Amino acid sequence: MLDITDLKKSFLTPEKERVEIVSVGNFALAAGEQVALRGESGSGKTTFLHLIAGILAADGGRVTIDGVEMTALGEAGRDKLRAGKIGYVFQTFNLLQGFTVMENVVLGMSFGPRGADRGHAKEVLERVGLGHRLDHFPAQLSTGQQQRVAVARALANRPKLVLADEPTGNLDRKHGREALALIREVCRENGAALLLVSHDEEALAQFETRRDFAAINGAVKEAAK
Amino acid sequence: MTLPLIIYRSLRQHALSTLITAGSIALACGLLMCVWMVKTQSQSAFTQTTTGFDAVLGARGSKLQLVLNAIFHLEASPGNVAWADYEMVRRHPAVKTAIPIAVGDNLRGYRIVGTLPELFDKVEYAPGKKFAVAAGGKFFGVAPDAREAVVGAFVAQKLGLKVGDTFKPFHGLAFDEKNQHEEIFTVVGVMQPTNTPVDRVLWIPIKGVQTMSGHDAKAATEVSAVLIQLKAASAGFMLDMMYNKQGNRLTLAYPVGAIIAELFGKIAWFDQVLTLVAYLVALVAAGSVLASIYNSMSARRRDLAILRALGARRRMIFGAVVAEAACIGVLGAAVGYAVYFGLLTGVAEVIRAQTGVVLDVGAKHAVLWICPLAMIGLCALGGVVPAIKAYRTPVAETLAPTS
Repeated sequence: MLDITDLKKSFLTPEKERVEIVSVGNFALAAGEQVALRGESGSGKTTFLHLIAGILAADGGRVTIDGVEMTALGEAGRDKLRAGKIGYVFQTFNLLQGFTVMENVVLGMSFGPRGADRGHAKEVLERVGLGHRLDHFPAQLSTGQQQRVAVARALANRPKLVLADEPTGNLDRKHGREALALIREVCRENGAALLLVSHDEEALAQFETRRDFAAINGAVKEAAK
Repeated sequence: MTLPLIIYRSLRQHALSTLITAGSIALACGLLMCVWMVKTQSQSAFTQTTTGFDAVLGARGSKLQLVLNAIFHLEASPGNVAWADYEMVRRHPAVKTAIPIAVGDNLRGYRIVGTLPELFDKVEYAPGKKFAVAAGGKFFGVAPDAREAVVGAFVAQKLGLKVGDTFKPFHGLAFDEKNQHEEIFTVVGVMQPTNTPVDRVLWIPIKGVQTMSGHDAKAATEVSAVLIQLKAASAGFMLDMMYNKQGNRLTLAYPVGAIIAELFGKIAWFDQVLTLVAYLVALVAAGSVLASIYNSMSARRRDLAILRALGARRRMIFGAVVAEAACIGVLGAAVGYAVYFGLLTGVAEVIRAQTGVVLDVGAKHAVLWICPLAMIGLCALGGVVPAIKAYRTPVAETLAPTS
């Protein structure tokens, strides 16, 4: 499902110094597999997910998703691939505040190949327990409910790969546990691979497969030397 | 449905700035259309308003003043013409009809004009249209000393005059309640609207003005001007030669339409200034669309980045912002029609009250679709700069949380 080879990304600091943030030799994820990456703040986890999602262009290396080489595509191609095959759950939910719960999910679907399907969006929102809040705006929901909308939006397009960036970071322990269980369950139902990055030990403990991001990111090792 | 939803929600989210910007566009659009229509319509209305006459004979002086006074019932009379001169021109073989008029009195600011009954019998004020009175009324007769009046439709409406009412004229062309004459006139007819300056006049027998108490005794043998219909258009040049070039006592204003066109030529600069102001307002409105959307970009950066992260292409984001600007233009143009009709109705009423010339508020003209379309185009153009900013929104940087 996901194959990464020699993936590199660096940034220029304000002092014009080039700093490498991500340098991942090999990383793979099979269809339906669920893996948690442990990493401290500032270790480049989010950048790593952005590279996989095609939000950022890599400096070098290869990312292949469901047989399509993301790193060989231009920006429009990456946008299309992301809309069709990837669901992204953000730490800060990133809901569109001016749009209703239903519209947030429908908009997420509309950029993908299946297009906007209000019926399916409603089903997914009912599945995450928000069937009665379709016309509410994000600000009218609790934090936990907002995260559930974000999960519904990420999964509504039936993505092959779900990327979750600290999905419990803004939730209390109870809601965090519930949100994570929901993501894992829906991914399992859809047969989607799940890659979660977090520094929350309780969240990480729920995964059978856990890896240290530092162990796969050569850039961090270099910086640590 | 994605694009309309994004545009609709964005407009809703920034409702106040949307409304203010659309309002300024409506004002610009309405103003531009109004200036244009008043300009074209008033020019054509004034140059075509001859009330059926080809020329005006009056005292030596300005032709324009003569036409304004005798046809449009504006301005003061440049002087008087002897009754003998009227008789002479009436008998001229090239003249079909010659009607004398005498001015010098008013009723609460509306002019009282003395004339002969032939004005109502013989003259067509527009092709195929003769003056007529409303039911129950009649034109005054040939009795020279009859104290009868026929009232123009606009005056009757404004002063509430009807058949059987009486009034005492006031001396002079401007209303001064201390200068009232003693003669009492009775309204015998209210004229049907003609949409010409005639509607703003109270007509009485010419002897009534000439012999009004307090008028100079000399006025009894003089008229203010003579309205002339020619047998053939070419005869005007003959009379022009006779009165304007060879004579030096009288002035023949001919042709009436061309003289009014000259007036518009003289005040063309005013039109140009108005048009320039309207264009500037339109530019400022387009600029305000640019500024309004551009300023909202900072607040919308995150939304745009989220949309991009969800898979929206750059060109779609660009298109959404340009379309949003165009939508503000559409909204403004739609309200602009209301502004236009409101403004034009007001201006037309003022022009009618002041000159008797009627502008058609419902008239069609290419500017009524060119202007709104141009405004929408300008607005879309104003959306391009913020759209470029939106296009360049860095997704990862804007979504931010680094870990």
